[in-house]
Amino acid sequence: MTDKTTAPATHQTEEEERPAVQALPSVEETARESREQRGEPQSETERETLFAVEDLTVRYGKKPAVEDVTFDIYKNNITALIGPSGCGKSTLIRCFNRMNDLIPAASIEGHIRYHGQDLYDPAVDAVEVRKRIGMVFQAPNPFPKSIFENIAFGPRVLGTKKKSDLDDIVEEALTRAALWDDVKDRLDDNAYGMSGGQQQRLCIARSIATKPDVVLMDEPCSALDPISTGKIEDLMMELKKDYSIIVVTHNMQQAARVSDMTAFLMVQLDDDEENPRGRLVEYNQTDKIFTNPADERTEQYVSGRVG
Amino acid sequence: MSTKTYNPRTRLATSGARAATEAHLGRRPTGERVSGNLFYAFLLLMISLSMAGLAALIIDAFVEGFPRLGLELFTEPTAPFPEDSGFLNAIVGSLFVIGGVIALVVPLGVGAAIYLEEYADRERWWNRLIELNIQNLAAVPSIVYGILGLAFIVRGPLSLGFVVAAGSITLALLVLPTVILAAREAIRAVPPSIRQASLAVGATQWETIRHQVLPASIPGIATGVILAVGRAIGETAPLLLVGAATFVTFVPEGFFDRYTVLPVQIFNYFARAQQEYIILAAAGIIVMLVMLLAMNSFAIWLRNRYEQRW
Repeated sequence: MTDKTTAPATHQTEEEERPAVQALPSVEETARESREQRGEPQSETERETLFAVEDLTVRYGKKPAVEDVTFDIYKNNITALIGPSGCGKSTLIRCFNRMNDLIPAASIEGHIRYHGQDLYDPAVDAVEVRKRIGMVFQAPNPFPKSIFENIAFGPRVLGTKKKSDLDDIVEEALTRAALWDDVKDRLDDNAYGMSGGQQQRLCIARSIATKPDVVLMDEPCSALDPISTGKIEDLMMELKKDYSIIVVTHNMQQAARVSDMTAFLMVQLDDDEENPRGRLVEYNQTDKIFTNPADERTEQYVSGRVG
Repeated sequence: MSTKTYNPRTRLATSGARAATEAHLGRRPTGERVSGNLFYAFLLLMISLSMAGLAALIIDAFVEGFPRLGLELFTEPTAPFPEDSGFLNAIVGSLFVIGGVIALVVPLGVGAAIYLEEYADRERWWNRLIELNIQNLAAVPSIVYGILGLAFIVRGPLSLGFVVAAGSITLALLVLPTVILAAREAIRAVPPSIRQASLAVGATQWETIRHQVLPASIPGIATGVILAVGRAIGETAPLLLVGAATFVTFVPEGFFDRYTVLPVQIFNYFARAQQEYIILAAAGIIVMLVMLLAMNSFAIWLRNRYEQRW
């Protein structure tokens, strides 16, 4: 690990109390005010670890994409992964629901513990992982089916068969995704008739229809205009009450606006100036990353001087 | 900014630039235009020649078969005299054979395509061998399948005899590679993002294929089956070997009856000396075209119903 001195104690593996978090210096007053305006009570001391990432290295073939990543992700937080292109943000987020399993050349070392259980234990079924950890992708990817079928597919494969139950689930998911009023009269229309922003909210609704524990979002707004982006961000803040969200973003303002914790990754070369791979540079509360980063490279990146 | 704020020199420069631009956007060089037009004419010639060839065939069949055109071609079976003969038994024989081909080729072809596209690991040599073989099989002459059918289906291990089922199995083997290749294309055309979305909500690989990939690839698979069936309807050579050559006067009632099919019947009639049989054969070609068009139209209608975009 490099430059880990300020990251909140990341080597703990069990669900013990986390005194290291309390020991963090208080965030700047301005940042705190902005948080309070957003109505987010600070309860740093009660944070529960959701994922414990330990010495995670992901390789495609022999090339490492991300190397030696160690950090903890907390429950009911929005955790943002930021960094320049090629730093392994997407690779990292896809480890949390084992989507990298779909790439035959990908191999993983280290551990991700989810509520203490290693996700990459041979006894763990990737399908079971994905039932609990949903995902929203970079470009909206609704199924080429009706709006109703898009939402109902997940609950249906997880065993909900009754039409009335499915109706309820669809309405609830679409309501939570702030889409119900727009589409309640055309649930049987093809999802491709919706705008891009609506399609992405449909994808979010689809991912929460199965009542997952965590929602992963891989650059959910990169294909959207600012107004749709704003709606998705509002939605994330809303969903955070019930879900933990991990979001990859290229947009630093977005990370600053929505996230509680931010991890900054960067591309680094080895001693021979070869084999670029992503490494975690700094992980801390978002306010801290953006107002008073510990690492010089973080400061350069968030202030727009590099990247 | 309005033009009156420009001084005269600027205005001059502007108009000069405009003149230069106009010159630049002028006509293309003559040589370029001529070669472009020549190529266009060549393309027109090629398409007209192809159309003319097809039209000549159809017109010839119509002119020759005209004396016999009528509904009784579809309602009467083969009779001892050509004047009384229709194609009912051959039409029903063809429909039976084609029905059997579709029943065999759809599950086999789609199953093989799903395996190769969704499950097979390209790194393994046996999967690459299978792929290579399928591509080669698509190029094997149809008579070879006829010999295979005769040796293994009519006689040999299956020993079915000269019956409809033997014809169906032989033709199914013949068109199977085409169906597999078309179904693979169709499955490959489903965007990976659809599969990822399905897996990400916790669906298994089979549920993803069953509920997302297959429905989305139905139009493409249907196209492949249409092409394959179109070819199977017209096949003569392999069927001559697996039993359709006989002069059959009755209508087959099941897959284990003896049979004849339209192209074999036409071939048979053309080989005879009497003029009446030649006319009957020409009328048979019209019957076959009508049948082919009807089946293709139905299949295309079916495909368009399921057509979807992403």
